[in-house]
Amino acid sequence: MRILATGCCLLALSACQRERRDMRPSPTSVAVFADASRQSDLQPGGPQTQPHVANPYEGSAYAIAEGKRLFGWYNCSGCHANGGGGIGPPLIKGQWIYGGEPANLFDTIVKGRPNGMPSWGGRIPEYQVWQLVTFIRSLNNEEPKSATPVRSDSIEQDPGTLLPKPGGTTK
Amino acid sequence: MKRGVLLLLPVGVAFAQQSALDPAGPYAHRIELLGAFFLGLLGLIFLVVIILALLSLTRRHRGIDQEPLEQNHRPSESTERRLTRTVGIAAAVTVLILLGLVVISVSAGKATSTPGNPDPANALVIEITGTQWWWQVRYPNEDASRIVVDANELHIPVGRPVLIRGTSNDVIHSFWVPNLQGKRDLIPSHVTTDWMQADHAGRFRGQCAEFCGLQHAHMALWVIAEPPDKFETWRAHQLQPASAPADPVRQRGQQVFLDGACALCHAIQGTAAAGQVGPDLTHFGRRSTIAAGTLPNNKGNLAGWIADPQNIKPGTRMATVPVKAEEMQPLLEYLEGLQ
Amino acid sequence: MNSAITTQAASADDVAERGQLDSVWKNNPGLVAWFSATTHQAIGKRYIVTAFVFLLLGGLEALLMRLQLASPENTFLGPSRYNQIFTMHGTTMMFLFAVPVMEGMGIYLVPLLLGTRNVAFPRLNAFGYWMYLAGGLFLYGAALTNTLPDAGWFAYPPLSGPEFSAGKGVDVWAQMITFTEISAMCVAVELVVTILRMRAPGMSLNRMPMFCWSMLVQSFMIIFAMPAVMITSTVLLLNDRTIGTHFVNPAEGGDPLMYQHLFWFFGHPEVYIIFLPALGMVSSILEAHSRRGVFGYPALVLSLVGNGFIAFGLWVHHMFATGLPQIGEAYFTAASMMIAITSGIQIFCWLAMLWTGRLQLTAALHFVFGFIFIFVMGGMTGVMLASIPLDLQAHDTYFVVAHFHYVLIGGALFPLFGGFHYWFPKFTGRLIGERLGKISFWILFIGFNATFFPMHAVGLQGMTRRIYTYGADMGWGTANLLSTIGAFVIAIGGLVFIVNVLRSLRQGTVADANPWDAGTLEWAADSPPASYNFTHLPVITGRYPLWTAKDSRGIVTGLRPDRREVLITSLMDAEPHHRSTLPGSSIWPLLTAAGLAIGLVGSVAAFSWYFVMTALGIIGFIGWFWPRPPLDVK
Repeated sequence: MRILATGCCLLALSACQRERRDMRPSPTSVAVFADASRQSDLQPGGPQTQPHVANPYEGSAYAIAEGKRLFGWYNCSGCHANGGGGIGPPLIKGQWIYGGEPANLFDTIVKGRPNGMPSWGGRIPEYQVWQLVTFIRSLNNEEPKSATPVRSDSIEQDPGTLLPKPGGTTK
Repeated sequence: MKRGVLLLLPVGVAFAQQSALDPAGPYAHRIELLGAFFLGLLGLIFLVVIILALLSLTRRHRGIDQEPLEQNHRPSESTERRLTRTVGIAAAVTVLILLGLVVISVSAGKATSTPGNPDPANALVIEITGTQWWWQVRYPNEDASRIVVDANELHIPVGRPVLIRGTSNDVIHSFWVPNLQGKRDLIPSHVTTDWMQADHAGRFRGQCAEFCGLQHAHMALWVIAEPPDKFETWRAHQLQPASAPADPVRQRGQQVFLDGACALCHAIQGTAAAGQVGPDLTHFGRRSTIAAGTLPNNKGNLAGWIADPQNIKPGTRMATVPVKAEEMQPLLEYLEGLQ
Repeated sequence: MNSAITTQAASADDVAERGQLDSVWKNNPGLVAWFSATTHQAIGKRYIVTAFVFLLLGGLEALLMRLQLASPENTFLGPSRYNQIFTMHGTTMMFLFAVPVMEGMGIYLVPLLLGTRNVAFPRLNAFGYWMYLAGGLFLYGAALTNTLPDAGWFAYPPLSGPEFSAGKGVDVWAQMITFTEISAMCVAVELVVTILRMRAPGMSLNRMPMFCWSMLVQSFMIIFAMPAVMITSTVLLLNDRTIGTHFVNPAEGGDPLMYQHLFWFFGHPEVYIIFLPALGMVSSILEAHSRRGVFGYPALVLSLVGNGFIAFGLWVHHMFATGLPQIGEAYFTAASMMIAITSGIQIFCWLAMLWTGRLQLTAALHFVFGFIFIFVMGGMTGVMLASIPLDLQAHDTYFVVAHFHYVLIGGALFPLFGGFHYWFPKFTGRLIGERLGKISFWILFIGFNATFFPMHAVGLQGMTRRIYTYGADMGWGTANLLSTIGAFVIAIGGLVFIVNVLRSLRQGTVADANPWDAGTLEWAADSPPASYNFTHLPVITGRYPLWTAKDSRGIVTGLRPDRREVLITSLMDAEPHHRSTLPGSSIWPLLTAAGLAIGLVGSVAAFSWYFVMTALGIIGFIGWFWPRPPLDVK
């Protein structure tokens, strides 16, 4: 009986992260955060306690879905395609220019980077940056596979095609 | 029977708003008549069946000879013959009634799916795109400078048939304004059409009628029917871009809007804001509701909506953008001033 | 087994024969033996009890929904939780309660009604039950891990697709359907074969009881309809969600409407699958309690068959608002109205029985009257919805919710409860309390109408389905509050029924074999039936074997009592054809079901689990079909 109960508890915990839906970001994560990661490991005068910056949406399927939506809405595809890159570098890769850890990705999005990456800090709220970070990590299989959607539903049809052509037909 | 009970229900304003029972246009009216006819006829049939069933309980008390069934459990031949005749007649009558109902139904269907006004060129075309969880409204025009874009509110001229051409950007929605028309699903990669016409001026509420996710409950729209000249005035005004703000408070508000995340999703004609994924806000101040019919449009509600959209519509796509306390008032002034 | 009175005089030979039959057919005590049972009474009872548990769970979900909707802008449940709960309510009621409970009644009663000892494929029967149980445990187990589906019980894409339903909830829903549909197919197949080939000699098709006809038609409907939903949920939706296909992805040429067509091609027959056995139950109850045979047997049978056929031609009436061509839709209007004819003929025949019978006003008959009232009203609103213009106003509103609860609860649940009261002595050996039974009927009837009648009005006043809340200024608050109160009254009625069952089990009057003096064969067996049903299989000379004179009743001799042997008869006239030995208890159905279940559950996480499922399934089937000598008793 006890084994059954423990099993059930473990089962319950395992899916908690994946099925979590944080629809209301807590107040502190709506402000925009300046620096998530240091650029150097050396610190003068001994190590300092650094607030540990962790991705609050790690493993959440809802956050990955939201990140995917925002990736399209904010036109990240304009430079990065669907992760394959174009004007901008690909986002599906082993070697990251500025680091691939969540904190690094966060900084890249917030601060921008030389040679064309816009700075989104001060514009989009922090929780959306984290959703984008989670999505980008899911492109690289860094997120649990069970939380990552397998394919895209992207609608290719442009609503502008609803207008009838001269003559009256739409198709 | 149902109508009678309806009158018993304590109803306030409700009976008229968003109700199929209070038609304001020819299509909805025709449907209501059809419904009343069906209700009367089928209600009568229902009563007959129930009374027959209940009467069978009283038979034994009315002194009618009960055949002795305990021996062979079979009624007499004559009884069975009478029953066969009765049931046969009842079945035949049922077939005829149903055939009649099919014919009536199909003809009413034709009448409510084609414009009554025999001049389809006179029809106004409005394109509706459903998205989670608001309505994109577009008045197409061959002259691109005369295309009107709006959100969550339609204006239509009284007495003119309106063709609603609809599709969806994401999941299946359904466009439904009960006072004016039956519903039509909005399906991604399909274009569906439906006719609508108002016979008198008024404001008619509609709601999404196909489950579309977390905020399906809060995806409403308003159809405002007005006399044709007022409609043309409205349409002409909609084509104007937003006027530049005159007073410093509104100018500050515009700056807050453009500096923040707002311009990434929303568009205001006449400014640099050109976001396409959220509702167009060019004439936001004239709309009667916020958040697809969820709240009346006033400064208090708008402040609550901007500050914490998830409180009002949990799951909404609207971002929770941090707006500093001293920026909120100018922003509200600016937005409400977008007339 | 209890030594109740049988229809034949007890003789010394009989006693010895019964002892031998008992030792061959009975289920041994012990845990492993319990899991290995293949007798139809055991499995039928398991189906009914399990389905009843799911009914209670579904009812609980309904109460939660009603609590949220009782007042406008209520904050009892948020949108996410509400969406999950209404999805679970619909899924539980449709897949985990309604079809399995009818299957269970069929499995239990059909062999008794036909005069045989078991169903045609006893191990398949057990396997079907274990798959059903696995599916239910899978869905509710996922509930424990917060992995709940929330896209509605029919989960239209693209909402249920990978982009708009993140997480594994909808995957669980789609795969659960695989379990329940495999289970239903197993039962359907074995009932068809049992009914067509294992009837007692002399029971030609035109002497077969109405309940068996309804189960026969229902089983054929399952065989044609269930594959459609398996394809819809597994191939179209689950594959889109897990392995990247584009069946219903509009951007890549897929079509969400294809899903709707294929789903409703199943979905409409599904409600008739639920409904048809209830019609058979009504005929059975009326036969006995009006003390006359069925009126219009050919008409009733043809109506059942007609129902079964026409039901497959109605599905587009769920899609009238999607913009399909009106001419095509008009065909479905005609078909949807025509099916009212077959239902209507049956109602007329039953009215004829009520009028010319000598009625015993038992609790079961109360439920039949309740059925007539509620189902006919539901049928009337159904005819309204068949008309496209009316449907375009009422579709996806509470009017439809009212309609389908009237036809499903009135048309299936009330006859089912009538059947529970009627067959209770046969299942348990005791009579059910009549007074409490009638009280529970009235509470259920009043509560039901209080809950669902206002929904007709509020739906036409604009309240759409599946909304977790509504504005205070819409004016729907009073009707919703009334519905919520009604829902709790229904709950009380259900409680009274449970109390009645428990009390009757303990203190009810002990019943003999035929307390209602009914005419069909199940009342010849003991109450409850021995594991072998009948000491001697009967020979049938008429529609009502127990209403023919005792001395003109023949029996079958020559079957071996030391094996589980049954008589296979011909299709039309039930002439004896050959003897067949049925397998005894076996643990392999459970093991096979467990193996398949492990694979199917895992497949939601990763595709490679399908290989595990195949491997375990092969092992299971090898054990299952491993040849062994027939069970002999020394």
